[in-house]
Amino acid sequence: MRMWVIVRLTAREVQRRKLLWMALALGFVFVALFAVGFHFIYQEITGQVAVGRSELNIFVNFFLTAGLYVINFLSVMMAVLTSVGTVSGEIASHTIQSLATKPVHRWEILLGKWTAYAGMLAVYMACLSGGLLLVVYLIADYTPQNWLGTIGFLALEGWVILAVSFLGGTFLSTVANGVLAFMLYGIAFVGGWVEQIGSLMQNEAAVNIGIVTSLLLPSEAIWRRAASLMQPALIRSLPSNPFGTASVPSPAMVVYAGLYIVVLLTVALWVFGRRDL
Amino acid sequence: MTNVIETHHLRKEYGDKVAVADLTLQIERGEVFGFLGPNGAGKTTVVKMLLGLAAPTAGTAQVLGRPLGDTSIRARIGFLPEHFRFHEWLQGAEFLDLHGQLLGLTAGQRAKRIPRLLNLVELGDAAGRRLSTFSKGMLQRIGLAQALLPDPDLVILDEPTSGLDPLGRRLVRDVIHQLKAAGTAVFLNSHLLSEVEVTCDRVAFIKEGRIVRTARLGALVEGLTEVVLQVGQVTPELLEGLRRWSQDLRVDGRRITMTIQDEEILPHLSQWVVDQRVGLYALTPQQISLEELFVRVVEAQA
Repeated sequence: MRMWVIVRLTAREVQRRKLLWMALALGFVFVALFAVGFHFIYQEITGQVAVGRSELNIFVNFFLTAGLYVINFLSVMMAVLTSVGTVSGEIASHTIQSLATKPVHRWEILLGKWTAYAGMLAVYMACLSGGLLLVVYLIADYTPQNWLGTIGFLALEGWVILAVSFLGGTFLSTVANGVLAFMLYGIAFVGGWVEQIGSLMQNEAAVNIGIVTSLLLPSEAIWRRAASLMQPALIRSLPSNPFGTASVPSPAMVVYAGLYIVVLLTVALWVFGRRDL
Repeated sequence: MTNVIETHHLRKEYGDKVAVADLTLQIERGEVFGFLGPNGAGKTTVVKMLLGLAAPTAGTAQVLGRPLGDTSIRARIGFLPEHFRFHEWLQGAEFLDLHGQLLGLTAGQRAKRIPRLLNLVELGDAAGRRLSTFSKGMLQRIGLAQALLPDPDLVILDEPTSGLDPLGRRLVRDVIHQLKAAGTAVFLNSHLLSEVEVTCDRVAFIKEGRIVRTARLGALVEGLTEVVLQVGQVTPELLEGLRRWSQDLRVDGRRITMTIQDEEILPHLSQWVVDQRVGLYALTPQQISLEELFVRVVEAQA
């Protein structure tokens, strides 16, 4: 199938343009910094206070969640910045013409590109999250529950953003598409916090605002689902926890995110299949 | 199937702007067809419609016997886009290999054709270099190699020589001659008339999205002769009489310029003018260049 030629082409492009390597290098710098910081803090706590294993685990889990939150943010940046011009940029520079005039369907071009970026993002996410989990395991001898599922959900979140960026790329300029993706992410981010605070204060209107923004872009909701998956029940109920998951999106939100990707990509294929290049 | 391209009342609108108004044309197998027109006449839009890059607003067309939008047929079409913009992070040979894969060529076919084509376009030494380091002329040549990669039945070249040095132009010309010899049809979109003059069998002039004239190049240029007459006096009878040989008469003082279809009428023409006793001072026949014809056709419709 010729879609795989596009997958290989896109994968090679990401490698050649050094984007992946730069992002990976920066990600590993973060993991290294986290390791150093976590090492000292862990020593401090275990050295001075007599804490039980379960309390210690809550503390370690909290730090791990904070670290994963940064990785989650990095991968959202990575998803948008690498893919934002992959369709619109090729249309603007006319390089798409030499591809689209070959015996390849337009849906193969678009899905091939998406598959390559989705794969790259999953690898990126797995490397950094895996690095973080390894650091925590080596220093604190701790592995959170459902850690594999958490990484999977974090990848799903990246794919949601990727679908937005691909749809935008079929009808917007690269800059406008970048603005759209980040604005939507910003709205979902703020909406997520409003939902958290609303949940703590038992304010239904605030919770509903959060749900509506999650429907607009389910990225933040998927993050909370991912985080809650690996958190012990106790940490989830801590009211003053900035990475807490006072309001955990239901499994329906995960199904919604999957459908969201399918629908956005279908619309993207429809628009791209019909537009003049 | 004798026609490689056949269009019927093809039309393309971009919002309020009509890029192609009404295009009906046929291009035969093995023919080198020149598509001429000023900038903005709609030439590139026609190419985009033929290749499925843009959908026509109205009308129908067939390329290699299949309707527009049939992707399978593109394995038999070579296309060199205007501006030669490709993925610049690819190396020369890698670029051709990738396009070979998209065309569905087997590894064996690619291994055979790619070195041959790189040599043909004199880029054998640059196979391992990235396209970002290529000059414009080199990009044009690798683009040409890419267009020839499918061993095509039809090659569409969109302004293949614009902005190129004489060597680059000669290469394009040589390749077109080779394609013609091999029986491959070539659709040459150009406003560089000197190129068209030496390569094309037939030309169409397009202006404001319409074909204003289609003709065999030989008949068009070789047959037409312009004659300048310098006479003692211009009488209505003289002009009336000259109209039997040409409808295209221009009078400037005692100078009459006319276009005739055949040089064989020159002796009759001169004899007739002498017989009119208006005083014939000079009769100068001169060949019309394609450029002159182009300007006339385009201006005539203005």
